[in-house]
Amino acid sequence: MGNDMDISNASPSAAAKFLSETNLYLAPDPEIMNNHGLERRTAYEDQCIAKENDPVRLEIVRERLLAGVNESYDMLENMGAAPGAKWGDCVSAVYTASGDLSLASSGGVVIFCNLVQYPIKFINKYWTGDTSVGVKQGDVFIVNDARYGQAHNTDQSMMMPVFHDGALVAWAGATVHEGENGAIEPGGMPSLAEQIWDEGLKMSPFKVAENYQLRRDLVTFLQNSVREPKLQYSDMKVKMYVCRRIETRIHEAIAEYGVEAVVASLRMNLEDTDAEVRRRLQEWPDGTVRHAWWTDGTLRENVQIKINLEMTKKGDELILDYRGSSPEFTNRSNNSLDVTVKGMLAQLFLTFLWPDIPRNQGVLAPMTFIFDNPSVLKPGFGTPSAQSMMTVFTAWSAAQVAVMKFIYSNPHKYTRVVAPWFNMINTFLFGGLTQHGEMVGNVCADINGMGGGALADRDGQHGCAPIFATMSDLGEQEFIEEEVPFIQIVSKKMMTDNQGFGAHRGGMGYQMILAMRDSPAFGFMLTAMGAKFPNVPGLFGGYGCPTYPLARIQNIDVFDILKTNPGSFRYSIEELMNERPFADAVYSTHPMFLGYTLAQRGELYMIAQGTGGGFGDPLDRKPEDVMRDMDEKLISHDVAWRIYRVVYDKTTLRVDSEATKAARDEARRERIARSKPYKDFVADWVKSKPSAKVPYYGSWDDRTMVHAGSPDKLHPAAQVNPPVVMANPLQVKIDKLQAELAALHGAKGRA
Amino acid sequence: MKVFVTAALNIDLTHEVWECSNCNHNLGPARGNYKTGLLVQERLPQDIHAPILDQEKYDFTFAPDADWCRILEYCCPNCGHLAEVEYLPPGHPPAFDIELDIDALKAQWAEREPLTAAVLGPDVTPLTHTH
Repeated sequence: MGNDMDISNASPSAAAKFLSETNLYLAPDPEIMNNHGLERRTAYEDQCIAKENDPVRLEIVRERLLAGVNESYDMLENMGAAPGAKWGDCVSAVYTASGDLSLASSGGVVIFCNLVQYPIKFINKYWTGDTSVGVKQGDVFIVNDARYGQAHNTDQSMMMPVFHDGALVAWAGATVHEGENGAIEPGGMPSLAEQIWDEGLKMSPFKVAENYQLRRDLVTFLQNSVREPKLQYSDMKVKMYVCRRIETRIHEAIAEYGVEAVVASLRMNLEDTDAEVRRRLQEWPDGTVRHAWWTDGTLRENVQIKINLEMTKKGDELILDYRGSSPEFTNRSNNSLDVTVKGMLAQLFLTFLWPDIPRNQGVLAPMTFIFDNPSVLKPGFGTPSAQSMMTVFTAWSAAQVAVMKFIYSNPHKYTRVVAPWFNMINTFLFGGLTQHGEMVGNVCADINGMGGGALADRDGQHGCAPIFATMSDLGEQEFIEEEVPFIQIVSKKMMTDNQGFGAHRGGMGYQMILAMRDSPAFGFMLTAMGAKFPNVPGLFGGYGCPTYPLARIQNIDVFDILKTNPGSFRYSIEELMNERPFADAVYSTHPMFLGYTLAQRGELYMIAQGTGGGFGDPLDRKPEDVMRDMDEKLISHDVAWRIYRVVYDKTTLRVDSEATKAARDEARRERIARSKPYKDFVADWVKSKPSAKVPYYGSWDDRTMVHAGSPDKLHPAAQVNPPVVMANPLQVKIDKLQAELAALHGAKGRA
Repeated sequence: MKVFVTAALNIDLTHEVWECSNCNHNLGPARGNYKTGLLVQERLPQDIHAPILDQEKYDFTFAPDADWCRILEYCCPNCGHLAEVEYLPPGHPPAFDIELDIDALKAQWAEREPLTAAVLGPDVTPLTHTH
């Protein structure tokens, strides 16, 4: 008898088969998730390219396919039920058979489709050969778990294989920021999530439709798991038919040009983009640019979190090294997966730097990313990341600054250098029963109203676009109010002095004053950073944005006030809060994070969107531009003098040019007199560790060592032990109150 | 030959020095940190981003918190032109933010036409937006 435990003579394929069939759980595959580059050319792609390699013909095919994708994007935006779909926070795309993103729609969110490569590759690897699943024509798969490849769990993607003569030739995909996903808070972006299971739906890639029919049992399960069953169903239908339209257009292109031309076009689109990006990187100077920035909270508490970037360009390669950034927060949702960081950076290069090259993942192929593992930008498998925007947007802005410092000197540019765009989601999330009796949970389109950065020769644009979707929209407020039970009493009104100062100023953010009505149960939440430390800097001598609070006025019904005493209302946050026109009201300010809170009818919630960074020395700003801002009430007299040093007639706004020149010359002399040589300054200024006043996370002067909440908690990066576990803020408050009570009782002699 | 590295700082490749783009003042070796040739002052953040809400009444006023943030202003010692603004936590070491490979830069520009000013890049005129 032989030894039946001896497998030394078993064939490798038998061992692999055994292991694949006995895998207990198919978690995200590191081999897939750690590779943002292009898949190897397949033998079939080689054959197709050997036959079809005329660049002009391939470009014609590419444009034909792109027209189909753009058509599908229009469908998605027009038919999608989620607010995110209506205002452009969605995308559709074509992928190669191997799963590489080859053609994204011209509008929409690049990061979404960049990340869909990962679940497609997972499906290819695990479900194609699995007899219990399989991949066939007419199948559609769905995913929302960010760890398998999504920006965050509030997005849902659907993917459809495209076959020709029985062979897989491409994939179609559609993604929407759906919002509601059954998380611990409504709206899909739960700040309260302390575990991944608080984040709502955790859809690994699975088949949800066969023969172009959604499986009603699975749809029902998903509807049963979220607060908006109608939205879940309707947008699954929309995304499936968007994929189907892409499939149709691919089939039509195949019929006209042949399958080899289509496959070759999709592959060469990636390789050509990679080659062109390498050529463009050659134009940059070789060297290193360093930029660090800090966010000021986890959405549960204010803490200082460092995002550290060292960007090195050499030849035709770019290295983005984020080591030295904060440790991960194991029970907070503000961590960002590394794939999310990479996807967002694809957005930076494809829309802010090289908008003329095809939108596909070839753009990242020449780039290398380095993270501490684990860290806030590469958290562990069980660490929440539902609010990844809180750190990934800062990582994006750090890269934007670094890139601008690399490209300013280039004699050939593809876009203009721009100061940092505002980068935070200064908007309201909402949830509850609408005036129509429906349960909803989602986000206001004002997320898209971020102020643009200033340019070298012009001011930034107000309320322009979010950093993640340069071709999105803000929507019509009146239209929105037909669907949800709150009104923006002040909407899209610029806020005086909310400006990124500079020779050219940043585009400004507008204020929003809203109040709930017509619902028995409706609430708001806020999920933004930047109440203590600004979110973005300026560029080349320009200043960044200010900080942004939430302001509230409670114990009033503004609708009664507007009916009975409308003259007492004030139409700006500044006037309402500083003048306090309502006698019995309670006025308060808070950080820009607020856990889901039920609203009372008529109480006021007030925030401002952010401004982009300024460009250049404010003393170089043309006085007439300062006066135009004055005339438009964008700045006050205080700013016109304190920042811009303009001398003018306050009634007519007529500038005294000579006096202004003299005042600015004097301001520069004062600047020199107040300043020190760098070495002397640094000797006084630099401290060996962070202040004990502020909980600090991340490196200080050595990126191999990171602080974990205090000056003396210092650990090697990626080896923070014990890991960062934050206390429940409510418990912190209770403990503080109990200590005060104990002190009081002690003073009275009670035990 | 000059390379216009930022809107405020040039590198004179011939002499391998940083210089102020406003007055051409020599700011030190191009292989080093340009900041060493500049003057610096620390500003309280509220001196730039003044409170919009009454700071006597509220904790959060649109002004950054000085315990969390300070602003460093770097200017040319000759003309006072602002070259860089850096936001940092109090006491955090300033960044050596631009460190270029000067030999590679020389080789790169040996193949290029000299410029007299930075190139802005292509202009874009937004289309009128209508609903």
